[in-house]
Amino acid sequence: MCVAGNRREMEHGSLNDPSKATFSFVDEDHTLANSVRFCLNQDPRVSVCGYSIPHPSDARVNIRIQTTGEPAREVLKDGCQNLMLMCQHVRGTLDKAVADFRMNNPTKMETKSDSEMET
Amino acid sequence: MNEKENKGGNNDEPNKKFSIWDLPDVPMGQLPPHLQLQKTRVVCKADAPIHTDNISYSGAYASIGVDNSVHLDLFRDNFKVNVIRLTKEDMEFDMIGIDPALANAFRRILISEVPTMAIEKVLIAYNTSVVQDEVLAHRLGLVPLKADPRLFEYLSANDTPNEKNTIVFKLHASCKRGERRTVYSEELKWLPKGSELIKEAGQADSKPTTYTSFTCSQDVLPEFSEDPISPSEDKIILAKLGSKQEIELEAHAVKGLGKTHAKWSPVATAWYRMLPEVVLLEDVEDEVAEELVRRCPDKVFDIEDIGHGKKRATVARPRDCRLCRECVRGEGWEERVELRRVKDHFIFTVESTGVLPPEVLFTEAVKILEEKCERVISELS
Repeated sequence: MCVAGNRREMEHGSLNDPSKATFSFVDEDHTLANSVRFCLNQDPRVSVCGYSIPHPSDARVNIRIQTTGEPAREVLKDGCQNLMLMCQHVRGTLDKAVADFRMNNPTKMETKSDSEMET
Repeated sequence: MNEKENKGGNNDEPNKKFSIWDLPDVPMGQLPPHLQLQKTRVVCKADAPIHTDNISYSGAYASIGVDNSVHLDLFRDNFKVNVIRLTKEDMEFDMIGIDPALANAFRRILISEVPTMAIEKVLIAYNTSVVQDEVLAHRLGLVPLKADPRLFEYLSANDTPNEKNTIVFKLHASCKRGERRTVYSEELKWLPKGSELIKEAGQADSKPTTYTSFTCSQDVLPEFSEDPISPSEDKIILAKLGSKQEIELEAHAVKGLGKTHAKWSPVATAWYRMLPEVVLLEDVEDEVAEELVRRCPDKVFDIEDIGHGKKRATVARPRDCRLCRECVRGEGWEERVELRRVKDHFIFTVESTGVLPPEVLFTEAVKILEEKCERVISELS
């Protein structure tokens, strides 16, 4: 957000073996790295995946990915895609659950709209 | 190795392959019960919890022929949300079938990465109260504002404050001679037309410049004309005034993130706990049952009458368990009661400060995680 336009991602790996690489994300922390690691670990193509924050005062995480053959970059992309779809599903399910709750508890709904009218 | 087994196992039919997986007591596609328990439950023993780790590696059980990878369809089928309580400022719901990595990401984002509006700059014209300028400015910063942050932009260092990135409040409070009074947050008056303090006297014919440059009034926007911007609570004490003391100031609120300063955090707090599961390993009867009920401070257990004057303990309210472990402490109790937590069932609570309703805040948090993923994908492509 703050460095929109800048390239915040770096890939460190070998040129002749794309299946092992470390990705370095600037301005990210456990929030994204741990979620991505979780997603990648569930992918059968991933043999090893982990992350580290080299220094706490440096806003950067390194994600290490080793695959069974596929390029690590593509697997990481798929992992992020999967995570996004999971988020969308969470959002949809929550919206539905909230709507259901409002329908089943109309008294609370009324007091809510009443107080909203007052303000 | 395989061929050797083939030869040894099936001498008569050398073509038919023998596999260890064909044996009747090999669990196909599912984990044996003890591993399933380790995978899905934390067991809280009297001294420490065990099986606290989450086994997420897809090949973790490959050696016994169980696929541990989770596909999106499986997640979609298993994921459930139950709303327990929903009011204007707080919400409790159960999230079932999700990994702690994701639940924790949502919690972290709620606390530190969902943007809100908060007072960042205070221009003090006059302050004779005992509250020093900087202390008063800090107090003002912490006042939650009822203004939808999605309608505003971030104010960068080189931007001039305008109607899209700044909200201006005025506070003018004075106390009469020989009296005392309290200044509350309701006295912060929203200035939809921007700052009224004059920065430098302009030419005789032009308008004098102020500390903001609004091109239009904020209250003509339909979002604000019906629901004017104000502090989300009326009775927050800002200062106390003594005889003949006075405060006159202008406060400028901008959009920001909780990780910069806690005043921009949209939640009082957001937390989750795993669902407690209390299991009686054997029938607990009579005096022992009464002892068990007495031990539990959260009244998790009840006693039921099973006839012939006998009584038996039952687990009536496992959700109330706070895991004090009083019921598993002492000789012989760990054999009677087992305390567990369900690893993928989260009781999530969100307490909003009043900026946005809690369910909207959670939706925003999930969207922010999606945006992070999207950014990574676009940067990798």
